[in-house]
This record gives sequence, structure tokens and C-alpha cells, in this order.
Amino acid sequence: MSTLTPPTGAPKSAGAAKNKNKNAEQAETRSVESKSDGRNQAAAADLGNGLPVLGAPTGRTNRYVGKTGAEIMLQMLVEHGVTDAFGYPGGAILPTFDQLYKNQINFILVRHEQGAGHMADGYARATGKPGIVIVTSGPGATNTVTPLATAYMDSIPMIVFSGQVRTYMIGNDAFQEADVTGITRPVTKRNYLVKSVNDLPRIINEAFIIATTGRPGPVLIDLPVDVTTSKVEQMIDDTPYLPGYKVYRAGHSRMIRQAMELINRAERPVLYVGGGAIISDAWAEVRELAKKANIPCTTTLLGMGAFDEHDPLSLHMLGMHGSAYANYAVQESDCLIAVGARFDDRVTGNLKLFAPKARIIHVDVDPSSISKNVKVDVPVVGDAKLCLAEMCELAEYRPREAWLEQIKAWKQKFPFTYHDDSPLPKPQAIIEAINQVTEGKAYFTTGVGQHQMWAAQFIRWRFPRSMITSGGLGTMGYGLPAAIGAQVGRPGELVIDIDGDASYIMTAMELATIRQFNLPVKVAILNNRFQGMVRQWQQLFYGGRFSNSEMVNPDFAAMAESFGIRGMRCTRKEDVLKTVEEMVKHPGPCVVDFLCETAENVYPMVPSGKGLHEMELGVVASAPPNSARELGSLA
Amino acid sequence: MRHVITALVMNEPGVLAHVANMFSARGFNIDSLVVGRTEDPQLSRMTIVVVADDRTLDQVRKQLAKIVTVVKVRDYRETPFVARDLMLVKLSASPRTRSEIIELAGLFRGHILDVGHNSLTVELSGEEDKLDAFVDLVRPYGIRELARTGMIAMARGGHAMSLAGEDSDGTGGPAAAAPPIAQSSGRPARVAVKRVPTQEELEATPPG
Repeated sequence: MSTLTPPTGAPKSAGAAKNKNKNAEQAETRSVESKSDGRNQAAAADLGNGLPVLGAPTGRTNRYVGKTGAEIMLQMLVEHGVTDAFGYPGGAILPTFDQLYKNQINFILVRHEQGAGHMADGYARATGKPGIVIVTSGPGATNTVTPLATAYMDSIPMIVFSGQVRTYMIGNDAFQEADVTGITRPVTKRNYLVKSVNDLPRIINEAFIIATTGRPGPVLIDLPVDVTTSKVEQMIDDTPYLPGYKVYRAGHSRMIRQAMELINRAERPVLYVGGGAIISDAWAEVRELAKKANIPCTTTLLGMGAFDEHDPLSLHMLGMHGSAYANYAVQESDCLIAVGARFDDRVTGNLKLFAPKARIIHVDVDPSSISKNVKVDVPVVGDAKLCLAEMCELAEYRPREAWLEQIKAWKQKFPFTYHDDSPLPKPQAIIEAINQVTEGKAYFTTGVGQHQMWAAQFIRWRFPRSMITSGGLGTMGYGLPAAIGAQVGRPGELVIDIDGDASYIMTAMELATIRQFNLPVKVAILNNRFQGMVRQWQQLFYGGRFSNSEMVNPDFAAMAESFGIRGMRCTRKEDVLKTVEEMVKHPGPCVVDFLCETAENVYPMVPSGKGLHEMELGVVASAPPNSARELGSLA
Repeated sequence: MRHVITALVMNEPGVLAHVANMFSARGFNIDSLVVGRTEDPQLSRMTIVVVADDRTLDQVRKQLAKIVTVVKVRDYRETPFVARDLMLVKLSASPRTRSEIIELAGLFRGHILDVGHNSLTVELSGEEDKLDAFVDLVRPYGIRELARTGMIAMARGGHAMSLAGEDSDGTGGPAAAAPPIAQSSGRPARVAVKRVPTQEELEATPPG
């Protein structure tokens, strides 16, 4: 098993914050810790049905007697290893905030509850630990709906505690009352309305299990005021009761044998690795399988970093804006091995034309992902880490010279590229500079749109958890709060939000949070004065009618300065590298407004409804694509 | 193809909403959905009739099993099963037609629950098509009110779906391409969908 260091691109300059070293040490211990908590602990003890015991031992107990719901909640958070939480107070959650006042949990006060949700999400993605959110009833809770949906789509462990009006007032349209369990049911893995303080310990134990095991996801716990204020007065049982909850761990050995028979025989296999491989910490196994069986590997947007993109076997990202070589390889493949990926439409293009020659093996912890979009030949249901480890045992090395030669030719012919032909810097050039300065050793977050795709294309992803982005839901405004969450979870590490001007300003008020908690988050805004991806679609598919996609922006540098944060502006090509270096070296938080070319489009692009091989190569096709013509026979 | 799925679910608020919402969110087509108590006070049982092809049925089953509060799920593609629907129907009945209706109800093993001056209320249970047939027969007398529970179903033989027992969320093995059998008590597959009265028929029904 290969050993890897997590991103450690933290600035080493003397001017670093004074608690820097302490933070770095803490970061080191945390990164070690994070390997032993969560899933691995799960293997150590279980409730008899494969579910882990998290937190303190459970059973009938007196230990809650005399404690209020709020006291119990905070005590249990600590027992579950929670060190940080995000949120915003309000009437219905004040009993809990009163306990936070005395508690050692590092609480990050946000400026909008949406920010709290995305921070918890970014925190979870950077550390693997569940993100914790504490908000009030009504609007406080409804503001977390977008983060919940974001986390649900991308299978991110998160627990939201929302205040609620007193139990006897529920249903009476009380002040700041909302049917929060009703509203959030479709975007949570499980949600609870706690009716009695006696149920609270069991529910919290269940919430941690549900949020962090199997296919992780967000859980919401709605806490009426009288539950957080009243006391437990009797012996209660806090053992989780989850008869309908099943976690798949080891894969079916017959399926694994069948899968490996297919793989070992395949002439043109491709590994297609998604976010599940990151979630299950299976990156070492992914690399081992690719190496041992000699299989080229492409990753989805969320799977970035599961495979080292410097490796010759790497095909980089696939899909709508993926590399030409990854898409061609998938379409030509005779054996596609999907790991922790769900055949999203942005990955597959037209399903009827997807991977027409391939037998499909699908390793996934969620049985409902199997054959949902694409008919799977060999399903392996289980934890990616465990399944891949078993698969590696059976893997045989095959040279596959013709296949690898073909891939090499595609890679040489169609690299990600751009023309440096505009007066303003090209956005890709800015990301290349960031890649060059950081060597990929940082936690990157993004908003959604062109900048997100360019970040995926032009940063060479090498480390798991280094890409933090909203993939499934595509939530604009995710980048800044997610970066704050990642920074809280990885103190001392370099965290960079690569953002678009339109995405950034959706949640830019969280600059105040950055200031208040002195978080050295860096923000690189690729400012093209447009919702870039919307503009691209309007240009390509709507006759250039740029309906409401042009943005008039504030001076982002001055705006940051007004929050007490270093603001910089870069307008000239020759300053890009220098500015990136300065940004990374700056010890504190820093916002850089990179003014860049507006009319730049993301290529390659698979137009919707087309097969992956029918992508528009755009600038990538600078040389006549002979191979593409050969591939014309595919459909 | 109509398929029958049964699910044991936790008996707590929100579960029915969750299941119903999952069906609508994923665009699955429900024909009927019945919930009721079981021998275990912590569990309820749902019987869901869906219109779906085989692959969609697999998805329905898996998506149901994925809901944390859904404890067990099974479908009856490959298992003989018994199914019943209960109906109460209030018919217009004059002294002249009353005995005819009673005779018909008797033929269908129905019971007369209530007799009024101009009405008769019949209780009838059985397979859906038997009930459909009865409705067809008595329509000329004038249906004033009709209520059906929707189908409940259970496998034949000793197999029992309980907390400890078997389930079939089909995950360990390969997605075996089982032919759709949808059998009920050994008879040929019923493809017929419940007949819905036409607008004319509804208007022709005497006012209550």
C-alpha cells in the first residue's frame, strides 16, 4: 500500500501567524486521528448487526438523569468526537447556545445559516469527520436546506441541529415555526423531530451512525425548546434502534471473483473512480489496483485525488468537460470498472451511447446505485476500500501495450489546453499558476461553473480530499464557506477557494466570519464579469442572447479590505504568477480579484444529448484529430 | 406491468410521507398504497401496487429499502401470493331490486352491511378483478358511494416477512434477470388495470 502525505502546501514564511506551529502540529495529529476515527473504529466494535458503536457505550443508563436536553446534546457531541461546529443562534435554540457558552467545542459563528451548512460540508470533506451545524427554528432551519441538499447529493456526513417551537405549539403556526422535518425529508438521509428529552440520547447516537456509515449523508434533528430545557428524570436506554438500516461492508466474494475474471481478461479496461473512493478512504486501494492490474484510471469531479494525476495511467477527469482521452477511452473500453461513482448524466452523456463496447463492473456501497442509470454486468455491493482490497488480491498484471499506446497517443494529441491570445489573462493561466505555486498541495474549494471545470482540468490532482466542490447539486456560492470549513478542519494547511465572480458573491458575507475567527483562507476570484457557464451555454445554444448573465461587480479587493481582509487585484498577464505567490505567502486571509478574459469557453464539451465521443473539442483540437475521426465509427 | 410490493416500516410519523414522497420524487407510478398495523406495535406494513417494468421495479425496491425507516421490502415477481381488496359499496335499491342485489352479493360472497329505504350497503372482499366484476354487474342499479381499501398481499406457504425473517432487497447476488411472472394463486398474470368508470357512467349514476 502506498503512503501519501496529505496536502502540506502551508506557507513556510517567517511572517506566519504566531500560533502557526501549534496549528501545524495539531493538523498533523488530526490527519493521523482521522484515519483511526469513523470507519475504522466501526470495525472494532459493533451493535451486532454490523453497525458501529460511536461515542460512549450505550445501553440502559442513569447517566443522563438530572440533565437538560441541551446539556445532554453538548455532552454527547463531545463524546462523539466533535471538536468544531458551525451555526447561528436564535430564540428556539438559545438553551443549546447557553450550553455552548460553557463548552469546549470550537464554535464558528457564521453570517447566514447557508454558510454554516456549507462550512460543515467543507469541514467533512476535508477531514472525513461529520460536520455539525446548530441553527434556530423557522428561517434558521430553512436556510440550511440548500446545504443539506448539497451534502445529500454528494454523500457528505453532516448533522444539523435545528431549534423548534415548543412541542405543544407545533402545528399552531407559531412565531418562527416551520415544518422542518417535512421540508428537509427529501434532502436528508434521516431526520428526527424529538418529542421527548428521553429519546434524545438514542436519536443522537442513531444520527451519528446514519450520517457517517454506509453511503454517508446529512441528518437533521429538530429540537423543540421544551426538549432542550426539560430534564431526564429516569433511567433511559440510549441504544440506537435501526432495524431498517443496513450497511454493506465486504463485497460478495462470488461477485468479486467474477469482476476480477472480467478485468484480468480485458484488453481495454478503464477504472472510473468517483467520490465514494474518497469517502471510504480507498485511494490507496484504487492506486494499487490500477498499478497491479495495469489499468488506466479516470476520476469524476468528486473523485479527484483518488488517483495521482501525475501517474502515466491517469486519464484525468471524464464527462461533459472531461479530457478527450478519458472520454475516448471510456467509449472504446471493453471493461469499465466504476468505483464509488453513480453514472451521473454529466459523466455519461447520452446513456444510449455510453461505453457501448464495455462490460460494466460497479463497486458501490449503495445497492440502489447499481443499474440505476446504466445496466451493470457485475455488481459488487460494499465498502470500496474493502472490496478493492479483495479485488487487488486477485488482480493479474497484463501489459495491454496496444491499449496504453492508444491512450498515450490521445493524451499527446488532445491535452487540456488554451490559447493565450487575449489582452487580459486567460482564466486557465491563473489556475495553472496556482497549480505551479502550490504543486497541488492544498485544499481547494470551488463555486460552480466554468472556474470549477477549469480547476478540475488544470490543477494536477494528487491527494484525496484536496478537491472540495459541489458536484451533484452544483451549488453556486459553495466555495467560500466550504473553504472556511476546510480551514477549520485543517488548521495550518493551505486552503484556497478558486471561485467565479458570480458564485463568490452569493455567499461573500462570510468574509466577516473569516475575519472574526482569523482563518487564513485564500480566495482567487476568476472575475470575467459574467456567470461564465451560463454565458457559454447562451453563446453556444441560445444564439448569443446573454439573458441576465452579465454581472456588475463591486471592487472585490476593496470589499475584502472593508472586512479587514487583505484584498488584491490582478489585471495583467505578467502579474499573475507573482500575485499567486504573494497570495499563498500571505499569512492571513486574502482575496485576489483576477480580472480575466470574458469570452473564454470550457472545452472539451459534450453537448447534452450527445455521446461522450461526440464532444466538441474546441481549442483542444488545435491539431487535426485523426483519432477522433477513427472514433467516428463508434455510434 | 403491475407489481405488488410489501414493506415493513417503522410505525412513526413521517414514514408514509417519506415513502409517498420518494415515489413522486423519482417518478414511480403508484396504483395503490395501503398502510396498516401489524402484530408488532413498532411496525406497520405497506402494500404498494406499482406500474413498472422489471428494471424500474428493482429501483423501486432498492429505493424503498434505502429509506432508513423502511425495515423490510419484498416483491412477488417469483412468489405465489394471495391478495385481497376490501370494498364497501352503497347501491340504490328499491324494494323491487333489493332481492336481486342481495342475490348478486351472495354469489360474490358479499355481506349486506346496511339496508335503507332506497339503499343497500354491500361489503365485498377478494381479488381486485372479482371486485371489479361485481362493480360492473351492479352499476346499472346505481352506485351511490364506493370505497375500496386497495390491495394487501402475502406470500403463500411458510415464508414470513418479519423483523427477524427474510427480506429481498436483492443486493448480494447479481441482478438476475428474472422474467416477470407476477402470479397470483397460480393463474395467468393479470395485466388488466383497474377499470375506471367513464364520465358518462358517473353522470348516469343516480344522485344520492
